Amino acid sequence: MARDDVKTGYKLIGTRPNRPDGLDKVTGRARYGADFSLPGMLHAAVVRSPHAHARIVKIDASKALALDGVKAVVTRADLPTGLTGEDLNLQDNTLAGDTALYDGHAVAAVAASSALLAQDAARLIEVTYEVLPHVTDVDAAMAPGAPVIREGVADYSVPEGMHGNVARYMEFGHGDVEAGFAAADIVRAQTYKTEATHQGYIEPHACVGQMGEDGRGEMWVCTQGHWYIRRMCAAVLGIEAANLRVTPSEIGGGFGGKTTIFMEPLSLALSKKAGGRPVKLVMSRSEVLRATGPTASASMDVKLGMKTDGTITAGQVYFRMQGGAFRGMSPIGEALPCAFACYDIPALKHEAVEVIANRPKAAAYRAPGSPMAAFAVESLVDEMCRELKLDPIEVRLKNGATNGSKSSYGPVYNVIGLKETLEAAQAHPNYAIPLGPNQGRGVASGFWFNHGGETSVTLAVGEDGTATVMIGTPDIGGSRASIGLMVAETLGIPYENVRVNVVETGALGVNEPTHGSRATFASGKAAVEAARQAIAEMCRRAAADWGIDADAVEWKDGAAHPAGPNAGKFPPMTIGEIGAKMGSTGGPISGHHEVTAEGVGASFGTHVVDVEVDPETGRTTVLRYLVVQDAGTAIHPAYVEGQYQGGAAQGIGWALNEEYVYGADGRLQNPVFLDYRIPVASDLPMIDTVIIEVPNPGHPYGVRGVGETGITPPLPAVASAIAGATGARIRSLPCSPPKVLAAIKAART
Amino acid sequence: MARVHLWASLRRFAEGQEVVEVDAATVGQMLDALERAHPGLGPAIKAGLSVAVDGEVIANNRSAPVKPDSEVFLLQRLKGG
Amino acid sequence: MSKIHVSTTVNGDPVEFLADPRETLLDALRNQLDLTGTKEGCGTGDCGACSVTVDGTLVCSCLMLAAEANGKRVETIEGMAREELHPLQRKFIEHAALQCGYCTPGILVAAKALLERNPDPTDTEVRYWLAGNLCRCTGYDKIIRAVQDAAAEMRQDHRGAA
Repeated sequence: MARDDVKTGYKLIGTRPNRPDGLDKVTGRARYGADFSLPGMLHAAVVRSPHAHARIVKIDASKALALDGVKAVVTRADLPTGLTGEDLNLQDNTLAGDTALYDGHAVAAVAASSALLAQDAARLIEVTYEVLPHVTDVDAAMAPGAPVIREGVADYSVPEGMHGNVARYMEFGHGDVEAGFAAADIVRAQTYKTEATHQGYIEPHACVGQMGEDGRGEMWVCTQGHWYIRRMCAAVLGIEAANLRVTPSEIGGGFGGKTTIFMEPLSLALSKKAGGRPVKLVMSRSEVLRATGPTASASMDVKLGMKTDGTITAGQVYFRMQGGAFRGMSPIGEALPCAFACYDIPALKHEAVEVIANRPKAAAYRAPGSPMAAFAVESLVDEMCRELKLDPIEVRLKNGATNGSKSSYGPVYNVIGLKETLEAAQAHPNYAIPLGPNQGRGVASGFWFNHGGETSVTLAVGEDGTATVMIGTPDIGGSRASIGLMVAETLGIPYENVRVNVVETGALGVNEPTHGSRATFASGKAAVEAARQAIAEMCRRAAADWGIDADAVEWKDGAAHPAGPNAGKFPPMTIGEIGAKMGSTGGPISGHHEVTAEGVGASFGTHVVDVEVDPETGRTTVLRYLVVQDAGTAIHPAYVEGQYQGGAAQGIGWALNEEYVYGADGRLQNPVFLDYRIPVASDLPMIDTVIIEVPNPGHPYGVRGVGETGITPPLPAVASAIAGATGARIRSLPCSPPKVLAAIKAART
Repeated sequence: MARVHLWASLRRFAEGQEVVEVDAATVGQMLDALERAHPGLGPAIKAGLSVAVDGEVIANNRSAPVKPDSEVFLLQRLKGG
Repeated sequence: MSKIHVSTTVNGDPVEFLADPRETLLDALRNQLDLTGTKEGCGTGDCGACSVTVDGTLVCSCLMLAAEANGKRVETIEGMAREELHPLQRKFIEHAALQCGYCTPGILVAAKALLERNPDPTDTEVRYWLAGNLCRCTGYDKIIRAVQDAAAEMRQDHRGAA
């Protein structure tokens, strides 16, 4: 699609007005998932497996049901049978069938008149388990002799002879890799590992569900995508999607983890069994950590050939990822194409397997797969730069993808901004600050595809000339502000005259969730088209009033104008005047647009981090941090910066602290925030940002998504900075103090 | 005939061919023709595919045009956070 | 188990309710008093989303029993704005110091408690004071800036009033 606006001359785009939901959020009025209550509401609690892998022999709920105030218990026997594919996976994860597949797997749920009573009742539900052999590590799960945890998990893609836990296999590439390695001056190969991390949104999953005997229901839920909630709940419960109306609450963070269901169908099933009384279900933090998200763990082999001048001649990766006990949950299909996406390399081979393990069903996490891939590839690039004493930004500029490059995964990049991010990072003052003792600097680039997806938006003109926009993508990071800015810009009216509402499933066509960095891109694109449709209708109304041709009317500055002297001399008719009399000029005026949005613009970023490592303790302090990323066009720069900073902070946490720790018994050992330690304010410096704007030709205002890429470079950048500070290279995240200390000691001897 | 490039691990479902020539005017026709010619590709196509036609990513649009001389790459359907 | 009669003051209003002996102050605020601005993020005192003050002391309301609030003075996010927004609330909006907003009430309550003790903190002092309030969206940068800008404005106002 051709870009039909030019960058210059925007009145509102690029400004930083207050977000429309800001006041509710600073006063405590904003309603999140757990803030809804209904008359007659019950509260639910979930019984979860304490075993990593166990056959469920018997569930006895008689003692729980005997308590006064306990209204319903649901087990797998209450759910329909005969599901297949991902629907069956969702049902299996909602409530275990014959077998509990991970520590924290839901086994039963109970509804009672209070939350405390529901928790008491849950403890009285007696589950008899027969413990089975388990495996939780990605490499161990495909080692000879590892227990096959589910038969028949492999899909069509898995060649004969692989371990029974291998679920998917993928291979692609181009060029002659062996010839490329032969042409290199040095060829290096290493193995890197990343542990699973959790999205770590501060709001635990919460919903209120209500369903009557007729199978018609409603739900209020914190989610990134309420049509997904509707479709998935309907599938798991065997009801028709149209019978479930889902209203999204404000959402307290998601980062990909709220694009699917976990416990939501239980509230509906319990409600139905309890005579249609609404049922609230709120997860505890340990339930969130044990049984939702997390991302995959990965073990990755990388091989690169480089000439002494820094030219990369060939690359090869073999990734192994586990995404829990279910097929299709690890991001191998994203990690592989992300691995070399920042480079233009003549010969590449990509290979990956997905293996299942006794861990929770993984969910998407910000740029799924890309951070792990970047940790492996960018770390090895850095190792080779240091060996050849080459500047890491120069090497990336020399080999970097640019406009017209054929990407490592097939398509050709049209207009991209990787080179611009590298040049801006190189020119930034941070890159020239001298380093002191025990200090090191790391550089890495990152990539995300960005995403369009199914999108439906309606815009209605108000009688007073304001505009109400109905979108279906929940607002996590300020998208109501950015979409409001684009609509106001298009209509030529003040930002304050546009109100953007996230509406329920009954109010719009199907929308994909807010994921893949698509909300401002796709809902924004559709909202602009809806505004243009409303403008065309307003021009027709003005033309009819003036008695001239609609073609002779143009729209500017929020009003219809006669287009040129030949059209007639009429004073401009404002949107307010048109709205005031629309009832007598043909009826309400609205615009509507629905599309599977194409035209996404690829996103690239480059980060520079300086760290200091305490040689006595191995503790790493981040001294300064720089994010440079191409936004396409920054609609609301403050929230673009916020995405960059937030992504960097999550990546720093992944690099330094965060990991899922499983014991020999297969139980998660750190399911609380005290032990699963996300970065706190005193862990981080200010995070400097540079917004590059290389407009995306596929969006009317040049938008690329900005949400995902920022989490990708920190993993390798931090590890490389630590290598610079200590001489010790950490190839297995996180770079926790004991690991760094051991590496320092090993490097000295 | 449009030239459709299969990623390496798909080729065993198409007698080892790296490139399959398909007569199709749209992405949808191309995918249907691929599956007719090589039924082994059916599960991959049903699992969800994106394509790149002459360099441009078509995430999910069966009506996107394919020209007789188009170069088409099959891609995994992507998920996002 | 019989319930305990609790008589307390919340945001200046006298309130009474019957608490289960196991009920936290957080749950009582949210479920009995409909003050849902105070959030639960962890239930173990690690995230600070439930921050309130009790007799002027900053506490995690998830770690305190509702019965312990008897006779005390509780302040929550709902009491922060009087006739107009508190400078911290206004600066959080202006600086885009929130994204999802879920941690925001707790951070605002905690930051207000800081500025009452230390009207001119260093960035490091702000960071350590807020180290018990987790934010997963912002990377804290804009939060620190908003707190410092609010502190500067409050110092200015204080001097103006003196």
